[in-house]
Amino acid sequence: MKVAVLRFPGTNCEFDTQYAFEKLGHSTKLVWHEEEKLPTDIDLVVVPGGFSYGDYLRSGSIARFSPVMKAVTAYANEGGKVLGICNGFQILTEAGLLPGALKRNNNLHFISKHQNLCVVNNDNAFLNKCTKGEVLNIPIAHADGNYYIDDEGLKKLEANNQILLRYSDSKGNPVVVNGSVTSIAGVCNENKNVFGLMPHPERALEAILGSEDGVRMLQGFEV
Amino acid sequence: MRAIVNVFLKEGVLDPQGKAAHHALDSLGFKGVKDVRIGKQIILELESKEKAEAQAEVKEMCETLLANTVIEDYTIEMK
Repeated sequence: MKVAVLRFPGTNCEFDTQYAFEKLGHSTKLVWHEEEKLPTDIDLVVVPGGFSYGDYLRSGSIARFSPVMKAVTAYANEGGKVLGICNGFQILTEAGLLPGALKRNNNLHFISKHQNLCVVNNDNAFLNKCTKGEVLNIPIAHADGNYYIDDEGLKKLEANNQILLRYSDSKGNPVVVNGSVTSIAGVCNENKNVFGLMPHPERALEAILGSEDGVRMLQGFEV
Repeated sequence: MRAIVNVFLKEGVLDPQGKAAHHALDSLGFKGVKDVRIGKQIILELESKEKAEAQAEVKEMCETLLANTVIEDYTIEMK
């Protein structure tokens, strides 16, 4: 698999993301935000975590107008797979490629810890190696991860199996972590080719470092 | 010409910063506060001299970049 990893001023998870996909046997290429084209023959675009443009105005609001994001939007509209992790999730919601928005955590804290997540839906290209209802342990690290969507939007997400993950306890019961609507930690678009989540699967690849649950998530893209 | 844009979270969208400030005011003994909402103010110095035209352009700026209309409302004041 060939993976394009985007890089904006302030991105800081691009090397971890490269490491993750290369560890899984894939080739990766960093793509600077000023590029107007994505590399050819890619299988996946990853918008990694960090603090693009210092989170000025709103997290992701400036990055989403970068030249490379026009190419990503075109790629996604043609059915190409796109994964946004943390700041990448924020960028994809700002770009309108994913529904909803991410606001400041309810407790106003930057929350950085290992967190259990319940797999809500796995009928998609991302979580197909995971089981529905399964609990994964993946680190989170964000200040603006409080997912918001209005009631009508939430109904659509639920009806179309677009909710990927919820923050949960070790048994899979939803828990309040940052104030997200129904504890949502990740969603996909209606066509199920654009995915976003606040947790960092690229930081959960080795049991010795606390969890290897990220491996199966990232392996989902291998078809 | 100057445009003053105020951006706030929409009514019904919980404003965690406003809530924290409200709680702090309450702790300080300011008991008469019913609600606190925190937003941001963006001041734009514009070259345009024509008010209606400038206001229309600022509205477009708000819709495109300055506000995220999924969660935020905005007001524009022209001076």
